[in-house]
Amino acid sequence: MNKLLKIGSNILKDGNSVEVLTGDWKSRKPIHIKDKCTNCMLCVPYCPDNCIIQKDNIIQDFDLNYCKGCGVCAKVCPFKAIEMKSED
Amino acid sequence: MAYSIKDMVNKEARFVSGHRMCAGCGAPPIVRTVLRTLKEDDNAVIASATGCLEVSSCIYPYTSWKNCSFIHSAFENAGATISGVQTAYNALKRRGKTTKNTKFIAFGGDGGTLDIGFQSLSGAMERGHDITYICYDNGAYMNTGTQRSSSTPHFADTTTTPAGSKIPGKSQMRKDLTEIMVKHNIPYVAQTAAIGNQKDLYEKAEKAIYTEGATYMSVLSPCPRGWGYPTDDLLPVTKLAVDTCFWPLYEVENGIYKVTYKPAKKLPIEEFLKVQKRFRHLFKEENRWMIDQLQKEVDQKWNYLLKQEEFTNSLDK
Repeated sequence: MNKLLKIGSNILKDGNSVEVLTGDWKSRKPIHIKDKCTNCMLCVPYCPDNCIIQKDNIIQDFDLNYCKGCGVCAKVCPFKAIEMKSED
Repeated sequence: MAYSIKDMVNKEARFVSGHRMCAGCGAPPIVRTVLRTLKEDDNAVIASATGCLEVSSCIYPYTSWKNCSFIHSAFENAGATISGVQTAYNALKRRGKTTKNTKFIAFGGDGGTLDIGFQSLSGAMERGHDITYICYDNGAYMNTGTQRSSSTPHFADTTTTPAGSKIPGKSQMRKDLTEIMVKHNIPYVAQTAAIGNQKDLYEKAEKAIYTEGATYMSVLSPCPRGWGYPTDDLLPVTKLAVDTCFWPLYEVENGIYKVTYKPAKKLPIEEFLKVQKRFRHLFKEENRWMIDQLQKEVDQKWNYLLKQEEFTNSLDK
């Protein structure tokens, strides 16, 4: 029986959804205001799309390839260091 | 080691970008934080009941689950699927065919957990497999367009309980699955939400995953579409749910209750209701009694928890 039936619907590469760029969903994008940012890291785990890039606990940038423009990060930030701006 | 958000975010995400959950969804941050509690060398097998998370995280041929195995199961059997996988793993381990340390986690929405998957969840918990079941509770069948579930709060407006002149939204009270899970006499049950630096969520998830035996966790996962609030407000809405004691944060370890967050000032339930469109009809003059009724239910539950904490801690251990 095993010879007749092929195993179907397996995805053998893990985490390959990064090939799908969901960034084109957004109508506004986050702007990082470096002067106000204290690098508290509060915003990082709240981003539903894992778009906030940090290195050694310093915020680098937003990965706009995946950002859906929800604005959660801007509301989470206690220092108002993220602003949402409409995309033209 | 004490929890630090700075250490937590440096762990590699096991739930990556490119999933198709809605903008501002509460579930992906929860899943990511839960999976970050896994030790780096540990393997994980994830099963997910049908729901938003399942249909948007593994649209063939793509998957958002990284560095862990994901198994798709049907709506009603995430509990049975994960217990079967865990039993197969035990058999392999006994024969020396695997040495890797593997953790078994099932995710389900409230529909797949409280309604449709309830029998398989209850069975898995009773049999005591070494698994963790995590319910991300958004209080309706959001995936198919906000139909009521048994987790929908009293009086909430959904597409199958539309508030109007005939009915005042959902006319039944919410089913409290966390309490039902406590009564399964499993080693660890927790109710939590992602607030502040996510310490509460992280610590409970870590405890649940690394406690031997069946464990259950219920996590509040706000849904901007179904609840009717702007996508930005994920954190403020969760915070209001917790501060009004609509969603108390507590854990039950071997029958001993511990309320892990007591708000310094318990807010009236209106504060939580007024930011959501699904409760808009409650603010009409003639519907004032519904708010009073909800407040009564919330107070009752909160007082029950405080008393339970006092009582179970006074028992001989």
